Amino acid sequence: MYDFDVVKPATVAEAITALGQDEAQPLSGGQTLIPTLKARLAMPSVLVSLSGIEEMRGVRMGDDGQLCVGGGTVHAVVAKEAQAHYPGLAGLAARIGDPAVRNRGTIGGSVANNDPSACYPAAVLGSGATVVTNAREIAADDFFEGMFATALDEGEIVTEVRFPIPEKAHYEKFIQPASRFPLVAVFVAKFADGVRVAVTGASEEGVFRWSEAENALSGTFNVEALSGLSLPGDSMISDLHGSGDFRAHLVAVMTKRAVGALV
Amino acid sequence: MTEVKMTVNGKPASGAVEGRTLLASFLRDNLSLTGTHIGCDTSQCGACVVHVNGEAVKACTMLAVEAEGADVKTIESMANPDGSLTVIQQAFQDHHGLQCGFCTPGMIMSASSLLKDNPKPTEAEVRHYLDGNICRCTGYHNIVKAIMAASGQDVSALAAE
Ligand SMILES: Cc1cc2nc3c(=O)[nH]c(=O)nc-3n(C[C@H](O)[C@H](O)[C@H](O)COP(=O)(O)OP(=O)(O)OC[C@H]3O[C@@H](n4cnc5c(N)ncnc54)[C@H](O)[C@@H]3O)c2cc1C
Ligand code: FES
Ligand code: FES
Repeated sequence: MYDFDVVKPATVAEAITALGQDEAQPLSGGQTLIPTLKARLAMPSVLVSLSGIEEMRGVRMGDDGQLCVGGGTVHAVVAKEAQAHYPGLAGLAARIGDPAVRNRGTIGGSVANNDPSACYPAAVLGSGATVVTNAREIAADDFFEGMFATALDEGEIVTEVRFPIPEKAHYEKFIQPASRFPLVAVFVAKFADGVRVAVTGASEEGVFRWSEAENALSGTFNVEALSGLSLPGDSMISDLHGSGDFRAHLVAVMTKRAVGALV
Repeated sequence: MTEVKMTVNGKPASGAVEGRTLLASFLRDNLSLTGTHIGCDTSQCGACVVHVNGEAVKACTMLAVEAEGADVKTIESMANPDGSLTVIQQAFQDHHGLQCGFCTPGMIMSASSLLKDNPKPTEAEVRHYLDGNICRCTGYHNIVKAIMAASGQDVSALAAE
């Protein structure tokens, strides 16, 4: 690692001021950023640690019936505290990485990073959640802009994610055991007015909604409704862990399994 | 350099560190607590697991300055005050839960977190919990068996040693 300074603000406002410095970057759980720094793939001069910001932590029900998760909340806390309100989301958080990763890694870091194989982006997009930053509210459909790209501006931080709670939801993850990330995973959420299906790990463009499956499931919510539906393999990630065609195949299988778990 | 202060294994500890100093390096190099192993240094293997404020974390993936004021426990705090082994450690010895021993500190720290949250885990729960602890020697069977035994369960029916 190149050396850097670390500052530890106590409030979002102080963090934003600190992020105004040259080459400053936020540090949340560090479960992605520290390995990145070790590989010398980033060279910040100042890391602004978000871990001391109390107002960015915790899970609570909002007045409008949405589940509000602070951007600095670690996966293990979401797994525990979202269970009573939104079990589909808690189940996803409980299977990210391993226990030690879940004790440090945060939802804000995960959505800001937008790794094409990360778990949370699927729940955020699949729930139609709102990403709240220090400056504005961004709908999930506008937030994820492709592999490792988001609508966040320089120096803008994710302070909260607000999830509308579906009637039921399930996340089906086909694990890539070496990285413990999904090879492909699908989040299916059934709301009173329709179904959302979000896919991670598959596309070169990062997390996406499978609209054909959404339409079919919004008509009839069962596994048979998906029969015959498939995605082309040529726009899928192809690497030593799986070809594009294999990933496309897995998307259909994982979607069926997710629906199967809900009916 | 920044001065950090924390409690390590029940005693106050402090030292001057760089921003980039990892908690694992602080424990090993500043405090000479070399029981915390660095296996992969890429956040994959869990040899470096310690407890920070009661939670298992990878000490190679946390900055020392992030542990300012924290209560840190390492493998060196595991044995009883008279030096005898605790139930989990003894179970690893009794069930041959280690060969070279490199992964063992992390395994023991993870196992003790698991048993704190879930005192009678199933075999599947033990295996799931050890997702982040890699062992190159044992093939895991005896590690799982040791942890099941440490939880007071009958392990005679589990795979042979
Ligand atoms: C062994 C291992 C297995 C893993 N398995 C999985 C898995 O199965 N699924 C999965 O989804 N993830 C997995 N992860 C990644 C993990 O979930 C990370 O914790 C997460 O992706 C990043 O969160 P963080 O809090 O650690 O962020 P950091 O590493 O601190 O930061 C990541 C990036 O986001 C920026 N950032 C951080 N917080 C904010 C914020 N609030 N606002 C704006 N920008 C911010 C940082 O500047 C940095 O660029 C795994 C990681 C490891 C080490
Ligand atoms: S040395 Fe920390 S996870 Fe391998
Ligand atoms: S006993 Fe050798 S790595 Fe586990």
